[in-house]
Amino acid sequence: MSLAQLLSHLRALPEMVLLAGACALMLVDLASKSETRRLSYLFAQGVLLIAFCATLFVLSESEGKRYYIFYGLFVSDLLSHVLKLFAFITVSAVLVYARPYLHERGLLKGEFLTLLLFALLGILVMISANSFLSLYLGLELLTLCLYALVALNRDSAASTEAAMKYFVLGALASGLLLYGMSMIYGATGSLLFTDIGPQTAALAASSSSMRTLLVFGLVFVVAGIAFKLGAVPFHMWIPDVYHGASTAVTLVIGTAPKLAAFAMALRLLVNGLPALAVDWQQMLVVLAVLSMALGNLAAIAQSNLKRMLAYSTISHMGFMLLGLLSGVVGGNRLNAVDAYGAAMFYTAVYVLMSLGAFGVLLLASRQGAECERLEDMKGMNRRDPWLAFLMLLMMFSLAGIPPMAGFYAKFAVISAVVQAGQLWLAVAAVAFSLVGAFYYLRVVKLMYFDDPAGVAVPAGGGSARWLLSVNGLALLALGLLPQGLMALCQAAIRSL
Amino acid sequence: MTHAPLLSLAIWVPIVAGLLVLAAGGDRNAPLQRALALAGALLGFLVTLPLYAGFDLAQPGMQFVELAPWIPQFNVHYHLGVDGISVLFVLLNSFITVLVVIAGWSVIGSRVGQYYASFLMLSGVMNGVFAALDGVLFYVFFEATLIPMFIIIGVWGGANRVYAALKFFLYTLAGSLLMLVALLYLYGKSGSSFAILDWHALPLSLTAQTWLFFGFLLAFAVKVPMWPVHTWLPDAHVEAPTGGSVVLAAIMLKLGAYGFVRFTLPILPDASRELAWLMIALSLVAVVYIGLVALVQTDLKKLIAYSSISHMGFVTLGFFVFNAWGVEGGLVQMISHGFVSAALFLCVGVLYDRMHTRAIADYGGVANTMPRFASLMMLFAMANCGLPATSGFVGEFMVIMGAMQKNFWLAFAAATTLVFGAAYTLWMYKRVVFGAVANAQVAALKDLNPREALVLGLLAAAVLAMGVYPLPFTEVMHASVNELLRHVAQSKL
Repeated sequence: MSLAQLLSHLRALPEMVLLAGACALMLVDLASKSETRRLSYLFAQGVLLIAFCATLFVLSESEGKRYYIFYGLFVSDLLSHVLKLFAFITVSAVLVYARPYLHERGLLKGEFLTLLLFALLGILVMISANSFLSLYLGLELLTLCLYALVALNRDSAASTEAAMKYFVLGALASGLLLYGMSMIYGATGSLLFTDIGPQTAALAASSSSMRTLLVFGLVFVVAGIAFKLGAVPFHMWIPDVYHGASTAVTLVIGTAPKLAAFAMALRLLVNGLPALAVDWQQMLVVLAVLSMALGNLAAIAQSNLKRMLAYSTISHMGFMLLGLLSGVVGGNRLNAVDAYGAAMFYTAVYVLMSLGAFGVLLLASRQGAECERLEDMKGMNRRDPWLAFLMLLMMFSLAGIPPMAGFYAKFAVISAVVQAGQLWLAVAAVAFSLVGAFYYLRVVKLMYFDDPAGVAVPAGGGSARWLLSVNGLALLALGLLPQGLMALCQAAIRSL
Repeated sequence: MTHAPLLSLAIWVPIVAGLLVLAAGGDRNAPLQRALALAGALLGFLVTLPLYAGFDLAQPGMQFVELAPWIPQFNVHYHLGVDGISVLFVLLNSFITVLVVIAGWSVIGSRVGQYYASFLMLSGVMNGVFAALDGVLFYVFFEATLIPMFIIIGVWGGANRVYAALKFFLYTLAGSLLMLVALLYLYGKSGSSFAILDWHALPLSLTAQTWLFFGFLLAFAVKVPMWPVHTWLPDAHVEAPTGGSVVLAAIMLKLGAYGFVRFTLPILPDASRELAWLMIALSLVAVVYIGLVALVQTDLKKLIAYSSISHMGFVTLGFFVFNAWGVEGGLVQMISHGFVSAALFLCVGVLYDRMHTRAIADYGGVANTMPRFASLMMLFAMANCGLPATSGFVGEFMVIMGAMQKNFWLAFAAATTLVFGAAYTLWMYKRVVFGAVANAQVAALKDLNPREALVLGLLAAAVLAMGVYPLPFTEVMHASVNELLRHVAQSKL
């Protein structure tokens, strides 16, 4: 192997840093005696920072070009860099939010930090995957870590049950995905998305039996993706896992893995199977409409905030799928950058909102009292006006009310749908947004209109509070000036 | 033309003032917050004055234009400007905000900062609606008005405030979401432009126009509100605090009516003419039927709320008869109603603050204990019935003239409002103000304090001035309205 070849592997530097860091963390944690795990925590944040810088370095070094390394298994393009940067920021914020919560419950152990970093490694691998193999590897690394994280609170029956449920359903979904991949592999003889793309185009055009095989494979692949995103009818795990896991772990599951799931959908469908766009777009229509309908309607009936946010996730992923399905119109990819860019913007903003909403729950449930039922939000404005205001920003953003960032996310997606000529889908999307607005408003109502119930929770503080403020105000700022992030997303999509 | 960014100032001064009030801490600092709010509202009003002073009457197009790219990916611009149609509403809005701040001075005791911040931000955002020349910017401002009003009704409102706040929010959101789809459709049709003025010139088939018409109709009709999507308004008015009712009636309802003149008429002229019968029919239902509904109300605020719907029916009627009398009359009626409804709600607020009841039956003989209040309220009641020499007369007269040009029976039906309006307003006035002192509470009433007298006095001056000498108001509109009518007369097919 020549030196140049060896050096080219440095494009996976962020992954290498993270892997080394995660392994070292296990050793460092042995030396971390204190209850607060100060050393391990700082070490983990340090690893994230170095990996972040490594990504920036790789990004600046690549000069906007796309590179394949490890025999094509691994792709390094702008999309992957941007999504990885988002992922680092997200996980870093997760650590800040989760630390005081976990500490108070005696759950702040080295395992949490290590599993989190390994999960992040899985996310990175998925984001950069250019082959069924590397994609699956990343996916399994991520989900195995998540199963363990959900079960972290061993003494809680709800957590254990949620972990079990997650594991069984997750294994089933992985099986479906693998089955679909094997069919597509059987038809095309390749595992690399870059090869599968042109191959499927030729095959689908040449023989109908091959096309049938491909479509069968596609169905299973789409089902696997839908499971990871939590789209109806593969959503069953979401409410139970969100509810059962401790809030800190819910925060982990509800944020960064969405970026990976988005990348997976994009790489598999848009990169790998563009020739079958007509087929998978139709499937996504069904998934999207069902997700928006069920997610929004079921969220109304919830009395538990975590469950409500779980159903809201389902509806948001449905909305995001609307962007993915309006890229190709009549075999024409003119709308692709707008549509996929909109979906990416949506995902990024959603992650930010979800981070903030669960962050508020974490901060509000300090001092022993869990804050996860709707009643717990009562009179928040009296108890802690600033936290209530931040939650208000999150809720209006989730509801898609301007001038919050959530509005532009919805706006961009609906715009893509309208440009794709699917007016009825756009009307359905806005109708379900209206339904969704109701339960977000209910949270605002509880916080602002109702009198405080129960014990007053003293204002938690420290870095989590600061970061949460930044998080909430970022949503407002992105709502007022969305062009930067939007341009970034579109540039990333163009690199695809 | 280079000039100071007056419209930006009109939008952002109140919003920044609102943020400052919010930042001034909790209720401990209430006096500081009140002072800050008043300063912000006054400054916000002052910066709008040059808009009127520097307005070029001969120019029908947009003035004080500001244009800067905002979201280049969607070709969205920060595009502001006012013409003769919208400039007065920016002034009206900023004026009413000052009054609302003064009116809430001692009434609001809890969460003062949040109260004033909500009103100031609402004021800035509504100025944005009237000044926006970009579809997305318009939509953002239009929707953003919901958040502060939702909070205002829900936090400082009456017993049933949660229901009213949610109903208000969801009704309005339901309407405007379809408008978003309509805006995006226009964006596609016009080759990626969100400039409202470009859309004015965009050729559209009648089918497309009809669909778009209904897309916009729902958004604006809910806001106006027109029969049969008006039911949120009585609830919202009854439950809202006085200041909320004032802003709702005086300004917020105008956003919907303004939408008709800015979007529906010029962008969809053929559909507007085609469906004018529908709009006229709905307007007449509002004028006549809602007028009758107002007659039987037993709650003061509800009565004025229904009276508002009835008066706004006059506005939409004026717009859809397509002549200068009608359109100008509608606009004048909007401004007049802004003064009169604000004043009436403030009057109810004055009574409510003393008696804590809104039921008409609990009052009687107020004139004996509050003579100054009674005489001022008399003026506003008369303006509400459209008595000549008050502002209420001018708009109604013009709209009836416009309707007359179109059809005698139309004018006849519209003119019944003069009867119904007088009936419900004067009957209400009689029951509340005249007669013997009804009970011990009324006997103990104290007349207006200087603060209340100032607020009502300013409005009384405005109502009389506009009634006696409406030219300063109408001359601003002429050029733009004529241009609008010329535009609407041309087919886009």
